[in-house]
Order: sequence, then C-alpha cells, then structure tokens
Amino acid sequence: MKAFAALYQRLDATTRSSVKRAAIVDYLHSADPRDAAHAVAVLSGQRPRRPISATLLREAAAQASDLPLWLLEESYHHVGDLAETLALLLPPPARAEDVALHHWMEQRLPQLARAEAAAQQALLQQWWAAMPQEQRLVFHKLLTGSFRVGVARQTVTQALATALGREPGQIAARMMGRIRPSADLLERLAAAEQPADTLAPYPFALAHALEGAAAELGPATRWQAEYKWDGIRAQLLHRAQAALWSRGEEPLDASFPELLQAAQALPPGCVLDGEIVAWDNEADAVAPFAALQRRLNRRKPGAALRRDVPVRFLAYDLLEQEGEDLRARPLRDRRRALETLLASPPAGIGLSPLLQGDWPRRARWRAQARAARAEGLMLKDRDAPYPSGRPRGPWWKWKLDPYTVDAVLLYAQAGHGRRSGLHSDFTLGVWQDGELVPVAKAYSGLSDAELLRADRWIRAHTRERFGPVRAVAPEQVFELAFEGLRPSSRHKAGLALRFPRILRWREDKPAQQADQLATLQRLLEGQ
Amino acid sequence: MPLLEPRTAGLYCAAGDFWIDPLRPVPRALITHAHADHARAGHGCVHAAAPGWPVLEHRLGALDGRPLDYGEPLRLGGARVSLHPAGHILGSAQVRIEAGGEVWLVSGDYKRQPDGTCAPFEVVPADVFVSEVTFGYPVYRWPEPATVYAQIRDWWQDCAAAGETAVLLCYALGKAQRVLHGLRDSAESILLHGAMTALTALYREAGVALAPTCPLSEYEGELAGRLVLAPPSAAGSPWMRRFRKRRLALASGWMMLRGPRRRRAVDRGFVLSDHADWPSLLRTIDEVNPQQVLLTHGDSAPLLRYLREAGREAADLRGAR
Ligand SMILES: [Zn+2]
Repeated sequence: MKAFAALYQRLDATTRSSVKRAAIVDYLHSADPRDAAHAVAVLSGQRPRRPISATLLREAAAQASDLPLWLLEESYHHVGDLAETLALLLPPPARAEDVALHHWMEQRLPQLARAEAAAQQALLQQWWAAMPQEQRLVFHKLLTGSFRVGVARQTVTQALATALGREPGQIAARMMGRIRPSADLLERLAAAEQPADTLAPYPFALAHALEGAAAELGPATRWQAEYKWDGIRAQLLHRAQAALWSRGEEPLDASFPELLQAAQALPPGCVLDGEIVAWDNEADAVAPFAALQRRLNRRKPGAALRRDVPVRFLAYDLLEQEGEDLRARPLRDRRRALETLLASPPAGIGLSPLLQGDWPRRARWRAQARAARAEGLMLKDRDAPYPSGRPRGPWWKWKLDPYTVDAVLLYAQAGHGRRSGLHSDFTLGVWQDGELVPVAKAYSGLSDAELLRADRWIRAHTRERFGPVRAVAPEQVFELAFEGLRPSSRHKAGLALRFPRILRWREDKPAQQADQLATLQRLLEGQ
Repeated sequence: MPLLEPRTAGLYCAAGDFWIDPLRPVPRALITHAHADHARAGHGCVHAAAPGWPVLEHRLGALDGRPLDYGEPLRLGGARVSLHPAGHILGSAQVRIEAGGEVWLVSGDYKRQPDGTCAPFEVVPADVFVSEVTFGYPVYRWPEPATVYAQIRDWWQDCAAAGETAVLLCYALGKAQRVLHGLRDSAESILLHGAMTALTALYREAGVALAPTCPLSEYEGELAGRLVLAPPSAAGSPWMRRFRKRRLALASGWMMLRGPRRRRAVDRGFVLSDHADWPSLLRTIDEVNPQQVLLTHGDSAPLLRYLREAGREAADLRGAR
C-alpha cells in the first residue's frame, strides 16, 4: 500500500487538477495492475463497504493509543477528520511491513468485516502494530468509507485515458456504473471493444449558467428552450435490458422500478436523457420536489409509497435509437426523432415540452417557471451535437434568481476536509414571536478569510458547547440564498429551506432586523 | 488571595506590585519574551532575561529597567522574583514568584525540544504552575527537529532541481533563526526578508551558529534555486511577485494537521513549533509537580479534564470554562 499512500499524499497536497492527474498517471504506470484496479475504483468514488463500525474503530484506537475515549472524540472534533485523528493518535508501530493494496481490499478488509466485534478490535491492534506511519491515514480512509481526496471522477477518467492511450470519452463510458476492481480492469478499460458496455449510459452533457442576457445568444429560433425541471437528471435506457442512471453514475433501478418497466415498452436500443420528477395525477402536472424527496430516501419503495408518490421521466433528448448513437447529430434532428418515438409514450414517460416564442416571450416563460415546478429554463443550440462534458456554448442554464432571506447564526460546528477545525457549518434561524427558530443549515458561501474571521468570532461568543456544536450569541446576520421551501415536521419552524447557501455576511445588520418566519410561511403557501 | 490575578491589562501580582506580559502600559512589567503578544511598549520599568534584552529593545525601543540573568534573585515589594529559561526563543523566560510562603511559576511560552538558539527549559518546582497550552490536544506530537531540517533541505533541493525559488514562511523572531541554525552547515547563503535581517544579526551577536545569510534587498543574483525565509504575512502580498517561479512552505506546529495546511494554501507544511506539544505539556506538569495547575492561552478544556481525571487540581487561569 506504500505507493497508494504516496499517491494519496500527492493528491491531498494539491488543489490543481493537472497535478492530480499527473500523480494518478505516474501511479498507474508503475503500480501492480491488481492494486491499480482498486485504486481506480476508490478514486472514482466507489466507496468501499465499511468493514467495522465507527464506534468499535474509535474504541480500538483509544485503547491502542492509551487515551480515554472522550479525549479521542475531542481530538476528532478539533481535527475534523476521523481517519486523520486516529493516524495522529496511534503510537509509532513496533515494526513496519508493506501489505499490497489489493491484499487489503480482497483479503484483510473482508476478513475484518466478517469477524466478531472482539476479534475485529484484535485484528486492528495487530495491523496497527505493523503499519508504517505514513500508510495510516489512507488505511483509515478505507476503513471509514469516507474516501474523498477532492479528485473529480473526470480527473481519474482523463488520467486513465492518458495512461492507457484512449479517448477520455471512451474511458468515461466504460467507467459508468459499478467498477469491478479485478486484476484485468486496466486491460478491460484499454480494450478495443467491450461487450459489457451495453448497459452503460453516455457521459452526461452539462450546462453552464447563463450570465449575460439571453438575447446575446443570437436569434431565438436557433435556440431550443425547455423548462429546467426541479427533479433528478437521469438517462433511461433500454438495450438488452432496461437501466436508469443518475448524473453521478449511480444506478437508480431499484428506486424507480416503474420507470424501468416503462422503458421496456420502448423499442430496444434506445437511450433517453431527461429528468425524473414526482407527478401529481390529479393536476396532471409536476409535483413539488418535496414529494420526490420521499421517494429518494427509500432504496426500494413499497407499493403504498409508489401509489402515493407516482413519478414520471420527462425526456428531452434521444441519444441512441435502434442501437445507433445519435449524439453527433444536431439537436433539431434528435428532437424530431424523440417526438416521433414518444408520440404515444408508455405510462411513466413523458415528453418535456418546448417553450416557443421570441426572447421576450421566453423571458416570461422563465419568470413563471416556479409555478411549473421548474428552476428556470434550459437553452440548447439546435445545431449542436450532444455536448461531451461541460463545454461553454451549446447548452445554457437560464435559472431564476434564487430566493433570499436574512437569518441569524445560532449554532456552529467545525467543518471537514478543507475546512476542518474551522466552525464553518452554520445553523441559522429567523424570528417568530420574538424567538429565533432554526430554518436552515448552510456550509458554504464565505471566503476563506471570512471563515477565519467568523471562526474567531464564534469561539469568542460561544454560550454553550454540545460536543462539537457551539451555541453562539444570536448577533450575526447572514443573507442566505435558497431554491425553495419544503414543509418539514422535523424542524420546529415547520419548514426548511432547499439548497440554502450563504450569499453574504450582513455585518451591517442587527439581528433584530433579520427576517420573520411568517414571510417564509407565506412563500411556502404560495409555492 | 491568589498571588497572581488575571486582569484586562495582563497578569497582576499585588504582593510585588508588578505585571507579567501586560498588554497595556503599566508602572512595572516583567516580560517573558519579545513576541508581540507578550511584549508591548510604554511601560515604566521593565525586567526581562538578559539574553533577550537586545531583541526586546530592538522591538520596543530603549527600555527603562534592567535585564536579569537567569536565576538572579530580585526583590519586588513583598515578592522574590527570578527568571528561568523557557526554551521558547532567545532570552525567553519563566517567571518564578515567591511570596507569603508560596511559590508560583509562570511558564510564558515554552518548549522542551532541543533548540540550539536558546537556553533549554529549566524545571523549577512550584506550588502553582501557570502553563501555556497552545497545542492542548494529543494529536500534537512533534517530530524530531533533525528530521524536519532534513525535510526542509530535501524540499529546497527539489525546488532547485525544478528551477524554482523555495520560499519558506516562518515567524521572523525565533522560528527563522531556528531554521537557520538547523541549516547552519549550508554552503549556500539563505536569503532573508527585510523583517528578519536585524533580528538574525542580533542572534549572531549572541553567539548562535547560523547558516550564511544575505538580505534579499542586497541580493542581485539568480532567484531560482535559492531558499528565501519570509514572515507568514508576506504570503499573498505584492512582495511575493518578485519570484516568478516559486514554491511556498510554512514552518509551524499547526502544519501537523491537513486542514490548516490546505487553508494556508502552501505547497508544503513543516511541523516545527516553539511551543510544547501534548507529551511535553504532561511531562512538564509532572516535573514541576505543582499542587495546582492553571492553564492559559488556547483551548484548555481537554487538558484540564485530562489532568483532573489524573487526580490533579487544575483550572483555567481566565476563570471557569
Ligand atoms: Zn512566543
């Protein structure tokens, strides 16, 4: 695991993706193919199953470090990363032996997972005693299943393409879905043809946000306008069998069995790009995102939930028809083929409508998008092929301006990763009858300098501590942007903000002038 | 009544009518060392350890008062006072106060690691020990300084091989000279930011062996491949623009953790601290073996609880926390 630990360190030490890519290429060139296969799987975000519970792991580490458990916990809150904390607390190893990554992944971690609790702790003690210090962090990352090194899947794909001498797009298609980290993985990825590709989706085309005026894009007739649905982006395909993929390359088959069934009614050899939305049968329209959330939380929905929250796949692009890849064709042709294909669609699949008209008319569509449960419009160049990746030009997101609210900082918790040790996870509240009620948790939006300053303020104005959480003096106002509201029985306020993020620190504003809950309640009713 | 009491201006001793490291002007001050969070100007009469006196006067201007040798007794009102090496930076001192049959020891900033730039920490038994706790978590365990100097040398070589300037950020007083002492065998002179040149000369005058240095302002040669020391505040300032191709590193105890390393946006972090790590805090408290420990500076809660569970009487100097 020495080489992999060194790779991890190189990836961890830089934020530049070109440097990360070079580090992965170096590793792939020199690593044992059996190790490289596991490295690729893990770096691509394929989380290893947790072989041991966090509680048992902490207890074993506290024992090995000869520290009380509470002090290990306090140290964890201070450091912000469990794997790193344990790596720092454990005593130096008695001897050091290097065990290959594939041996860890295929033999030792499964052995750990199968063992009884007491045996698990004994195994860890034994392994720690012989593990080189610089391998501990990466080992604990594998144990805790929180393997984030800020490596985008795209970076891994590109590194593989360079190392294997293939096109990035080709590798990306082969990397879709679950990676089987066998010794021949690199060979399979490098192969000229691969029969197992048949269930793989295409790389998703992504769009940039439109910053200027839409009219600057040129004549409206060149641009196809559709709603940007507030749902889950997915590809629904029917080849040898049906499959449903999220944009994050997660298979959604189990969560939405009715959509798979619907896909099977389509002629084989077709791939649709579109959005999964919750459907309101009575209104025959898209239902609020909150309804879809209920389906998302369930891996395998029961019959009752499927009846309560019906879903629909709204298709807006056709990537493959009768087994032929259509992506190189202009959008106008693909759209025509899509409309023909879905002239009388199977139940569960719908056609995302086009929003016709000139730019002023489209601006009105956009302004009314929320009423249609959309976040704005998508603008797509009718002459362009299906984009690969996120190029600037062919597709634009023309989103509505977010809602905003001024809320007061109530609690702060130390963040993780880049922000570990800084109190960067905020809970914020608004006023109700002279009292502040929490409505949102927000993690992002402040600059590093502001974060440092906020952290100092929080430490100096802590009123109470609950483990890692600090209750602070309710004095600081932050302006939050959010995409919508959903009713919530878990929050005292009865509602929660969707996608809240901090727009700015309103140091000019006294807490008394933050917003009232009633304002948000009216917004929720009007949604 | 306790011998020392924390007040807004600093730590006050009524028995001797003096202050330790006061942050506002007072009639009589004992200054443990010349770092800005301990040493301020404007006091009536100042006492500090003799080896640090030139540095202190360099920072604060000419001082009224008198330097004290380590261990030299001084009578102030009803208190007997002496200064003892703290091993933090050149001339850093602990303050021992004896009055009314009680001995108090104020550590100031201290470390237990070997450091050839200053006198090593001296264990002074006391009834009450006021200890700093900058790094009060067991995750802080310093590597051997020799290992760190070797890492710095390797990194410098890597930068040179890549045709880049190696810019190492470190505090201008203490840390910079410690690095120069660690690299004293260097054949090539190390370039210094303007904030460090006078302080480094004072260390040299005090007889500390340092690597050859050259003020950056007087250097006209090629910058690629050279090692430059600069204070952390130089990062992100226009001063940095003179290095076309450079790598940035920071030497500090905080570099133990990945979070701060990333936040400082440096290419490399070297774990080199002039404060006590967790094992040193415990060892020092055991060796001073006081009846009561009072903690100050930093996050004291974990160490407090740990000491109490080990049967020690301990509290935060600043009151209940
Ligand atoms: Zn200091």
